[in-house]
Amino acid sequence: MKKIRNRDHLEEIRRKLLEKRESGKPCITISSGTCGRVSDSQKVVEAIYAAIKKHGVEDKVYVRVTGCHGFCQVAPILVIYPDGIFYQQVKAKDADDIITETILANRVVDRLLYVDPTTGEKIAYEKDVPFFVKQKRLLLGNNRFVDPTKIEDYFAVGGYKALGKALFEMKPEEVSEQIKRSGLRGRGGAGFPTGAKWENCRRAKGDIKYVVCNADEGDPGAYMDRSLLEGNPHSIIEGMIIGAYAIGAHQGYVYVRYEYPLAIENSRIALNQAREYGLLGKNILGSGFDFDIKLAIGAGAFVCGESTALIASIEGKMGEPRAKYIHTVERGLWNRPTNLNNVKTWANVPLIINNGADWYSKIGTAKSKGTGIFSLVGKINNTGLVEVPMGTPLRQIIYDIGGGIPEGKKFKAVETGGPSGGCMPEKLLDLPVDFERLTEAGSMMGSGGMIVMDENTCMVDVARYFLNFLADESCGKCVPCREGIKRMLEILVDITEGRGKEEDLELLEELAEMVKDFSLCGLGKTAPNPVLSTLRYFRDEYEAHVRDKKCPAGVCKNLIEYCILENVCTGCGACLKVCPQQAIQGELKKPHIISSENCVRCGICRDACPVEAIIVS
Amino acid sequence: MVTLTIDGVKVQAEKGSTILEVAKFYGIEIPTLCYHDELTPYGSCRLCTVEVDDGRKTRLVASCLYPVKEGIMVKTHTERLIKGRKMILELLIARCPNSKTLQDLASEIGLEQVRFKMKNEDCILCGLCVRMCNEQMGSGAIGFVGRGQKREVATPFRMASEICRNCGACMYICPAVNLQCRGVKSPGELCNSCLIITPQCLEKYGQVMCTQDSCGACVEKEKK
Repeated sequence: MKKIRNRDHLEEIRRKLLEKRESGKPCITISSGTCGRVSDSQKVVEAIYAAIKKHGVEDKVYVRVTGCHGFCQVAPILVIYPDGIFYQQVKAKDADDIITETILANRVVDRLLYVDPTTGEKIAYEKDVPFFVKQKRLLLGNNRFVDPTKIEDYFAVGGYKALGKALFEMKPEEVSEQIKRSGLRGRGGAGFPTGAKWENCRRAKGDIKYVVCNADEGDPGAYMDRSLLEGNPHSIIEGMIIGAYAIGAHQGYVYVRYEYPLAIENSRIALNQAREYGLLGKNILGSGFDFDIKLAIGAGAFVCGESTALIASIEGKMGEPRAKYIHTVERGLWNRPTNLNNVKTWANVPLIINNGADWYSKIGTAKSKGTGIFSLVGKINNTGLVEVPMGTPLRQIIYDIGGGIPEGKKFKAVETGGPSGGCMPEKLLDLPVDFERLTEAGSMMGSGGMIVMDENTCMVDVARYFLNFLADESCGKCVPCREGIKRMLEILVDITEGRGKEEDLELLEELAEMVKDFSLCGLGKTAPNPVLSTLRYFRDEYEAHVRDKKCPAGVCKNLIEYCILENVCTGCGACLKVCPQQAIQGELKKPHIISSENCVRCGICRDACPVEAIIVS
Repeated sequence: MVTLTIDGVKVQAEKGSTILEVAKFYGIEIPTLCYHDELTPYGSCRLCTVEVDDGRKTRLVASCLYPVKEGIMVKTHTERLIKGRKMILELLIARCPNSKTLQDLASEIGLEQVRFKMKNEDCILCGLCVRMCNEQMGSGAIGFVGRGQKREVATPFRMASEICRNCGACMYICPAVNLQCRGVKSPGELCNSCLIITPQCLEKYGQVMCTQDSCGACVEKEKK
C-alpha cells in the first residue's frame, strides 16, 4: 500500500476506487457485529460465499461483511444493495435460496422478510422498515456501507475528506471555532461543550498534549460506542486526528474495555491501515502535521469510564478517580494537557467539518445539538440502536421506533442514562430527550442507554438491581460512595425482602442526598439517581412494600404468594408434576392447591399451567 | 497573593494553597480524617467538604484539595455541610464502632444516633498508612487491594512484604486502630464520654498518670 502523498492523491484514490466498483452490481451486505455474531452471522457469511461459489456467480455479486446495522432484534440482517432488499434473522441454510432466488431470478424470498408487528404487513425494502424510517442516522448510517476491516470502504463513503479540509483549508483555531459554533456537546453524558474544551486544551501551557477517546462503555444495556467502534472505526480515528490538529496534540489513545474483543480487533486493523496509508504517523497527507494513536485496553472496571480514572488506568495505575479541581485539559495524562472525548463525540467531528457548523446546529434543540444514539433494550418490541435528533420525545422513541411493549403489556417506566440514570414514568413520556430536560426530570443523558420496563417490573427491585451493580463497581476510594451505596443497597434489600420499616424511606432519601452532594466523582454523584427517581415517581410502590408488605408488581419473592384459581383450574396435574418442592396437592380433574409454606415462589408452575389458572397475589 | 472570603471573613492566602490550609492558618476548624499536613491530600473521607461560591454557582468541594482562587466565597459550616458530615460519620461509626477518633468526632459534631446495621471493622480506608509508607518512609510496602466493598489495605498478593522494615509508621498514623474507644458498651451506641472535660479519675484516684487522652472510660468502668 502506498502512502497518500497529499490531498489530491487521496481524492484520486477515491475516484479510482469508485470507478472500479460497478454500479448496479448487487452487493450482499451481512451485519456481523457482536449482535450479529451471537446469532451465527459468521456461519451465514460462510454459507453465502459457498453458495456464490456453488452457483458460479463470483463476478456477479459483491459481498460485504459489516458491523451492526442497529436493528439488533432481527440480527443477523442481510441487505442486498442497490435495491435495499431487507432480509432478517437469516440462517446459514437460507444462503442458497438468497443466491438462486434473489440474485439469479430477481425474486424476493418471502419467508425472510420483516413483518411489521403493528400492521402485520411484510416489508421488502430497507427504506420502508418503520424502525429505520423514523430515525436520522448520521453516525450509524454508514455502518451498513462499510466493512470495518477495509479502509477503502470508508474512502468510498467520503472518508477522510473532512481531514483534508481541516488540514489544508483551516487553521487549528478555526477547527475548534467550527466545533464550538456547531454546539456539539460531549456525548459521554455530562454534555460539556466540545469546542470550548478543545480551545481550553489548545490554550493550556505545555508542549506535549494528548487526545483520548473514551470507549470504556460499561453501562448494562448500552452498546452504541461498541457498535460504532466495531462498525466504523475510521470515523472515530478521523475525528481524533482533526481534534489533535485543533489542539496541537501529536499522540492519541483509544481506551477500550477488554470485554469488547471485536471492537479492539477492528480498531487495531483500522489503526494499522490508516498508518499504512499515511493517515497516521509523520507528515499526514503531506501537511507537516504528525499524529499517531495507541490502543489502550482496560481491564473492565466501570469506574474507568470516568475521565480521571481512565487516565490513571492508561498510566498503569489503579483505576481510581481524582478530584478535578484542576481540569484534565490542563493536567491530565502524565500531567500534560489532555483532551478526552467519548466515541460518539469524536465520530461527530468529521460530519461537522464536512457539512459546516450551521448545518449541524440546525439539528436538535436550542441547547442540545445534533443526534443522540440510544440503545433501546428491555421490554420493547424492537431492540436496537436508535439515532434521532436531540429533543425527540420519549414516546416517539419507544412507540414509533421501538414498536411499543411486547405482548400488549402496559408501559411502566424507562430508565435513561444507564445504572446511575433515573426511571421516567408514563406521565413523562412526552419529555423531549436532551441534556437539560433529562436532568430536570431527575435522570441524565449518560451514555444513552434506555431500558424499557413493563407493568410486571417492581420499581423497588429495579433500584435494588442498579444499586447492586454500583456497589460492585464503586472504586471504594471515598466514603460517601463506598459506604453510602452499600447502606442504600442494604435498606433496599430489606424492603424487597419484607423487612422494610416506615422510617427507612426517609433514611434512604437523606442518605441519597448526602451521597449525591459529597461523593468525589461522577459515579458517586449520580449513583443515588435510581433511588431518588423511583422514590419520586413510584413512592406508592415503596409504601406498599413497607406498610402492607406487598409487592404490587408481583416480583419480590418474600412479598408474594402463588395461588390457583379454583374456577379456572382443570386439574390436569401439570403444575403438580413440575413443582420442585412438592408444594402442590390435588386430585386429577379437581382444582389443585398450593401450600404457601412449602412454596419457594419459583414460578415454574405458572409457566407450566396450560390454562393460566395460577396467579400471583 | 489571593484574596478570598471564608465564613464571611476576608482573608489573604498564597497562590497554590488549598482552602483547608488557609482555614487552618486563620484558626477556622474544618474536620478531617484522611488529611495530614505532611502527606499528599487524598480527598477520600469527604469530611472537609465546604461550600464554594465562585460568583456563578455554589459547589461542594473537598477543601483539602481545592486550590484557592481570587474572589471565591467559602462557607465551612452550613446546615447542608453539617448534615452531610453527620451522615458520613454515621456511616463510618457503623463500620468501625470502636474507633476513638470517630467517636470523638461524632461527639464534637453532635451525632445523636446510628441508624445502620453495625459492622465491626477496624480500618476506615482513609489511606493515611499507604501514603505514610510511600511518601515518608519511602517504602511502599502496602497499598490498596480490591475495589469497592472488597477494598482493603494489604501488601502485594497479601504475602509478607520483603520491603517492609516493620517501622510501625503505618500504625503510628492510623486514626482508627491506634486509639480504641472503651466507652461503648453496646453496638450502635455513641460514647460521648470524652465530652466530660474535667477528668473525674483525678478526683477519685488522686494523681493518676493517664496515658491516654481523658476518655472517661475508667469512670464508666467504676460505675459498673
